Amino acid sequence: MNTHDEDRMKKLLQQALTPVEGEPEPSHDLWPTMLRQLDSGPVKAPWYDWALGAGVVVFVAFFPGLVPVLLYYL
Amino acid sequence: MQNEASDVLKEFRQGDVDAFETLFRLHQRAVYGWVLRIVRNAPAAEDLTVETFWRIYRAHARFEPAHGFEGWARRIATHAALDWLRTARSEDELPLDIAAVATADPAVAAEIRLKTAQAFERLPPKLRIAAVLAVVEQEPHKNVAEALGISVAAVKLRVFRALRLLRKDLEKQGIRP
Repeated sequence: MNTHDEDRMKKLLQQALTPVEGEPEPSHDLWPTMLRQLDSGPVKAPWYDWALGAGVVVFVAFFPGLVPVLLYYL
Repeated sequence: MQNEASDVLKEFRQGDVDAFETLFRLHQRAVYGWVLRIVRNAPAAEDLTVETFWRIYRAHARFEPAHGFEGWARRIATHAALDWLRTARSEDELPLDIAAVATADPAVAAEIRLKTAQAFERLPPKLRIAAVLAVVEQEPHKNVAEALGISVAAVKLRVFRALRLLRKDLEKQGIRP
C-alpha cells in the first residue's frame, strides 16, 4: 500500500466514522456507582478455593506422572 | 492552588478516599470522553470510566505524583477500553457507529461507509485503537503512543497495518476503495 492508498483509506475511514464532537459527558454522576464498587471491595476467593488450589499443587508435586492422565479427563 | 493539587495527589497515593473522590470528580469527564472515543458506545464508556477509576484506586500506591495524574489515568483508561474491545461482541459496539455513518459525508455511498465501519469493527483491537484515535479522532501520535505505552513509530505502524487490513477486507467484499 503506497502513500496515496494510505491517504485514501484514511479519508474513507474518516467518512465512515465521524469523530466524537466536543467534550461529551456521562448521562449521570458516576460517583455513586464508584462508591458502591469501592464498598464491595475486590473479589475475594473463598477459603475452599485456596484449599483446593493447594491440594492440586501438592498432588502434582507428589504424582507428576498423573498430570497427563488428569489432563486427558479434563 | 498548586500546593493544594499536589496535596490531593499525595493523599491519594496514601489511599485517602476523599482525595480519590476529588480526583474522580475532576477527571471523570476527561476519562469518559477518552474512552468514548475508543469504544464509541456511551453506556459502555460509562461502565469503563468506573472500571478505570477502580483500577486507579487499586493502584494508588504505585502512583507517582511527580508524573501527573492525567496521563496515568489516560493510560489505564486505554487499557480498560482495550480489554473491553477484546471481549465485547461486535453488535454491542455498533450503535454510535451507525449514527456516525448516517451523518457522514453524503458524497460517499452509504453502503460503502457502512461496510467500512463494519470492517473496522473486525480489525484486531490493538490496531483499532491506534487507528480510531490517530485517524478518526486526529489525536497527535505522541498522545496515542503515551496512552498505549508504545513508541510513536509503533503507533504509525499499527495505523498502517489497520488501514491495510481494512482495505483487504473491503476488497474481499468486492469494494475497491
